[in-house]
Order: sequence, then structure tokens, then C-alpha cells
Amino acid sequence: MSFVKLSASALAIAAVSATTAAARDQVQVAGSSTVLPYASIVAEAFGENFDFPTPVVESGGSSAGLKRFCEGVGENTIDVANASRQIREKEIKACADNGVTDIIEVQIGYDGIVFASDINGNSFEFTPEDWYKALSAQVVVDGQLVDNPYKTWDQVNPNFPAQPIAAFIPGTKHGTREVFEDKVILAGCEHTGDFDVYKAANGDDKKAAEKACIALRTDGVTVDIDGDYTETLARIDSNKDGIGVFGLAFYENNTDKLQVATMSGIVPSTDSIASGEYPVSRPLFFYVKKAHIGVIPGLKEYAEFFVADEVAGPDGPLAEYGLVSDPELAKVQEAVAEEAVLGGDS
Amino acid sequence: MTDLTQAPAPAAKPKSGSLFEKDMRTKRRNAAESRFKMYGIAAIGIGLVMLTVLVTNIVTAGLGAFQQTYLELDVTLLESKLDKKGERNLDDIKKVSTFGYAPLVSAALESEVERLDIQTDLKPKKMAGILSKDALSKLRDYVISNPDEIGETVSFRFLLNSRVDGYVKGRVTRESIANDKSITAEQLDFVDQLMAAGVLYKAFNPDFIFGSDASDQRPEAAGIGVSMLGSLFMMLVVLALALPIGVAASIYLEEFAPQNRLTDIIEVNISNLAAVPSIVFGILGLAVFINYMHLPTSAPLVGGLVLTLMTLPTIIISTRASLKAVPPSIRDAALGVGASKMQAVFHHVLPLAAPGILTGTIIGLAQALGETAPLLLIGMVGFIASNPPDGIVAGFLSPNSAMPAQIYEWSKRADPAFYERAWGGIIILLVFLVTMNTIAVILRRRFERRW
Repeated sequence: MSFVKLSASALAIAAVSATTAAARDQVQVAGSSTVLPYASIVAEAFGENFDFPTPVVESGGSSAGLKRFCEGVGENTIDVANASRQIREKEIKACADNGVTDIIEVQIGYDGIVFASDINGNSFEFTPEDWYKALSAQVVVDGQLVDNPYKTWDQVNPNFPAQPIAAFIPGTKHGTREVFEDKVILAGCEHTGDFDVYKAANGDDKKAAEKACIALRTDGVTVDIDGDYTETLARIDSNKDGIGVFGLAFYENNTDKLQVATMSGIVPSTDSIASGEYPVSRPLFFYVKKAHIGVIPGLKEYAEFFVADEVAGPDGPLAEYGLVSDPELAKVQEAVAEEAVLGGDS
Repeated sequence: MTDLTQAPAPAAKPKSGSLFEKDMRTKRRNAAESRFKMYGIAAIGIGLVMLTVLVTNIVTAGLGAFQQTYLELDVTLLESKLDKKGERNLDDIKKVSTFGYAPLVSAALESEVERLDIQTDLKPKKMAGILSKDALSKLRDYVISNPDEIGETVSFRFLLNSRVDGYVKGRVTRESIANDKSITAEQLDFVDQLMAAGVLYKAFNPDFIFGSDASDQRPEAAGIGVSMLGSLFMMLVVLALALPIGVAASIYLEEFAPQNRLTDIIEVNISNLAAVPSIVFGILGLAVFINYMHLPTSAPLVGGLVLTLMTLPTIIISTRASLKAVPPSIRDAALGVGASKMQAVFHHVLPLAAPGILTGTIIGLAQALGETAPLLLIGMVGFIASNPPDGIVAGFLSPNSAMPAQIYEWSKRADPAFYERAWGGIIILLVFLVTMNTIAVILRRRFERRW
């Protein structure tokens, strides 16, 4: 019976796997889809230049990555979590509960968030106030909070063309959404002075007022994109009036289809983001499990290689792809070399 | 008796005219029939149009991936750059990273420009910008495997970067790169000059079919070969597990099991399982195989186990159908001459049902081959398929992707060149699926018996 032989060999394979599962020889990375392209560039170069196998890089989002990271210590858990935001207190606690105590935080640089529309459409010069007025669920008209009445951009700002408002913004599972809310909508809310009205309406509760500010309208003017930037691009392709939120690197790879809007008069570029002039940017991180250093071959070398000058520096491949390199990279390198952990006195 | 006196019910009117003349009712019925035929033809027509549109779309978008732009270049492997000590010690040579090879390529391009007498204002670094980043790693790999050739001049065929490749293929134009920072119009002029000189050309790209995935910075170097291996190992696991388990289960249910409530429940649930969305099996796989059994993540073995769960109901249902199709007289005859029940099944029923079982298995495998959703959850989507496995065991256990997962991953990446590769990958996947289905059809045609 060949069936019997087949199934016997299959069982044998399963048995072998159970024993060899304890010998992982490549670094396993997961997390933010924004960091994924950078991590894959580093992983590839790492595999080429070192005798270690190329690390495996999965995406899935910052939160999902950190969740897997905090599942425990051991070879069946990931070694590195990529994140487009800083790890939260809650996550550090969840990690600690599962025995993941020594976490090395590595900041790799900054990423710009840009607003772009169809190349043949109108061009825009936004300020955070414009976005707040266009997308917030409620706005202040004549000192009163009312449901957002604006339908076209010229109602928001008379300098804009009479183009219907249609925004494609990252969904709530993306780290980018948080930055968009904080640095654009909330900033706009505060600049216009509407924040005080919200605060009064919420009984002087600052937290509640902030929450009310960043609550976005739900009448279909703004669409949450849960997928990747390619989906946002496809949406703009089919709705030429649409304006989408992208990462700088994605925009720079698709300049033939998109035109970028300025924010507060600044054109987004690696330079204007590095200097801090362009307001909508955020740091990118990866987190390393210290307990795995020395157990998983190549883990420390990978972390050091990631932030090395020739990789993450201003002339390295990451900057070429769109990462804004960290001006304090030397400090980061030092911290990685020392394996300084979160909460330590470094 | 009053009935009799009544006039007999009026008989149906005698048909007027001959059979050759159709009455209204017949005409209506005939019209309805021809209308129905028209609907049918229209339905098939719509299906065919859809298929043609789909196939032309896929082929036009994907064929580009099978060709790539190359540049022939003679590179002098300078000892002063690659092996300063001159001892040909492999460890010393390995210390030079890929970045250290960039000056060699720039110098080679410079001398090539001189040799071909090309007039250009580009700086050597800008000239090298038309090449793929993959060129440096090719060069380094070559030097490490042939350290004796340091100091000599070797001819290479390098890939060009995705923008230049797109320009040669007509996807990128001078207008479309107006705002692009990674390539300039002067570089495209330079490309035109090299093309006129005949050292830069478009050729078939075997690396797309056999190569490994590449990072976002070098889409031109990405290939589907390693993820194809991942798919192959997964299919081996599916075949080795789903076929014996599925066939054993259906033989028992069909031939031996008593008809009672329990078997009824099992039967209903097998049909239900066949309708469960595949992502559910992915979640189950993550919980059971990875978190509980501690099998390695991203491994084709786990992918195969998950897909086995998904394929089993398909195989059981088709196997049971083909066992049922074997007439009872065959079993009766075997039992009648004294065969045991098991002998009757294995010697007579199973061979007659085999073509049907195989067809069902192949179709189940084809379905599993095209599945992406469950693989998302067990870590087979991402930048994974970059290392070809070193052996059979590694093939099952070391991280890998699968063809549909690779296509999905490419379609998400920023560079438009990956989009072309995603379509190219779809062509390869479709070739596999069509081949498998054709084999299933041929098997059925050749060996199926009808009673």
C-alpha cells in the first residue's frame, strides 16, 4: 500500500520537525507595514554581506507585531518587532506578564506622511486647519458646535477650488492613523481655536475634548483604508477628486501618478522632514528581545547592521528609499551595541 | 341516469389544418424554446468575453515580467579594493561589503563609456545609478566564489534598475519621471546611447521563474522560484496527508460504517467543513500547530498541514461519490466468490473508483495551491522567500512563502515594477492550475468507467 508508506513518511517528517523546531537559525521579524520595506532592504543586504541566512520579515501592522513579540521568550516567538509608533505602557506590561522583560528599543529614523492627489487634478496647499475643518465630525460655526456642513474644499478655505471633499485615510489599525489624528486633525483643532469650544462643551475635560476633536465625520466624505497604500492609490485612480494619505517613500515611487500637497507651505521631502519643518512625521522603531541575543544567531549583528552608517545613514540605501535618517544615529548605534534595555537607566 | 341524456362534453376541437401548420400554442412554445437557447448562448458568450478580457489583461500586464533589461559590462576586479592584503584569504575578502563594490562598477562604466565613445555629462556615480542594486551583490558573490580571479577583468551581465527597465519596456516615459528623484532625463539619454551601442538590451529573464524574492529597492531582481518551491513542499504535505486520510475516511464511511445517527452527523459535518472559509483554517493552524505544538512559523510544513485540513472535505466528498458510482453487483460478485469485505473493497471497488479519487484529489490540490488567506496567519506572507532551502528537510521547515502569497505580497509593494511581477506571477500560477486541471480531465476521460 503506497498510501501507508506515504502517510508513514509524512508522520516521520512531522516527528523530525518536532525535534528540529528547536534549532532556528534565522532572525524572525514582524510588524509595521511602513517599516517592512526598510526592514526587507536591510534583511536582504544583511543576508548578502554576512554568513547568516537572510532574516524573515513579515508585516501585519505595528500592534499585531508587538502582540506577537510579547507572546513570550523562546524560539517559536519572533525576535524583532517593527513599529511605526512607540511601544505602549500596556504592551510593555503584557510583555512582562509573558516573561519578555528586557526589550531593546531602536529608533531607525523618521518617516513623513504626505497628502497626495491625482497628478492631473488641482494642486493644494494645505494647513492642518483645512483638514480639521474638512474631516472633523463637528465644527464650530458662529460659536456653536454643529455637524460638519462642508461638502467642497472651497467651503473649507476660499483659496481652494470647488472640488468635492473626498479623503482616503489610513484605517484605525495603522500606526499612521494615530499620527494623522495627532499632528493634523488635533493640531488643526487647536489652531482654529475650536478646541476651547469643545472643552467647554465637554465640561472642561481636556481628554474628552481631544477625543471629540479627532472624531471624524461618518457621512462617507472620508473613507478608511484598511489595506496598504496601493489600495489608496487605486481609490484615487477611480475617484480623481480623492486626496489620499501616503508615506513619503510610497509617493516617491509613484510620482508619475500622484502630486503631493504642501503642508503649512512646506513641500515634504527627506530634507524638510529631517529639519523638522514639515510637521507631519513620526519616528520609526524596532524592538529586539534581549533574551534572544546569543540564542538566535545573527540577531545582534542584524540590529547593529540596521542602524549602521552605511545602511541607515543619510547616504545609505534606506535614505535613498525614503527614510529620513536620524540625526542622532550615533547615539542609537551606541545603545544597540550596549544592548540598553527599555526602562534601564540609559 | 340523467347523465346519459346530457349531451357529451364538447370534445376538444379537432386540430385545424395539418401537422405542418403550427397553431398559436405550438408557435409560442417554439418561440420560448428558441428564446431560451438564445439566453443560454448569451450566457456562454458573456462568460467567454469575461474570460478573454481577463486572460488578455493578465497576459498583457504580466508578460513584461518575463523580460528584463540587461547591460553587458567588463569589470576589473581591483585587488586594491577587494583584497588589500593580497593573501586571497576568504575571510578578508568577505569583509568588503556590497557597498565596497560600488567604485568598481562606476569605474567599469566609465571605461565602457570611453570605449564606446559616448558623450555624456553624467558623473560616474549617476551613471552607475541606472544599474540594479543587485549588480553589487552579484559581483560580490562572484568574487567570493572565485577569489582567484581578483585582479582580472571579467565580463558580467547586470540587471538595470526598475525605472530604466520600465523605460525600455515603455512603462516609464520622460514625462512620468518629471518629479521622480531616483532617475533623471539625462540618465535616460545615457540609456538610449548605450542601447544604440548594443551593450544594453532586453532579454528573457530566467531569474523571474527560478529566482528568489528581492527587497523593495530592487524589484527587477525579484523572482518567484523560491516561493514555487514553498508551494511544492506544501503540496507534498497535503498529498501525503490528505489523500490517505481522506480515502480511508471515505472508504470506512461508504463501505463499512453502520448507518446510524453518529455517521449521519459526521456526514453532515464533512459537507459543512467543505463550506468553511479558508481563513478559519488559518486561525486554527496558528492556534494548534504554532502556538500549541510549537512547529516553526512560516514553514511550508505548517502551511501544508493547514491546507490539508482545507482539502480533506473536498477529497472525502469526491472519493465517496466515486465509491458510490461503483455498482453493487461488483461487490456482490466478489463477496459471492468468498472474498472478505476488505478484499472486495481493496481488490475490486477501490481500483474502479481510483480515477474519480485521483481527479478529486488533483482538483483539491489545485484549490489548495491557489489559496492565500490561511497562509497570512501562519506567517507565510512577507519578505520571506529570499533563501532557497538547502535540502529536503529545510524545504519543509525553513521559512518560505507560496506562489499566491508571493503574488499578494508583490501587489502591495510601492514600486510599480512589482505590479508587473505580480501579474507575471499570476501567469505562472495559472499555468500550474490549468496543467493540473487538464491532468484531472485526461485521467477522467481515459480511465473512468460508466455502468
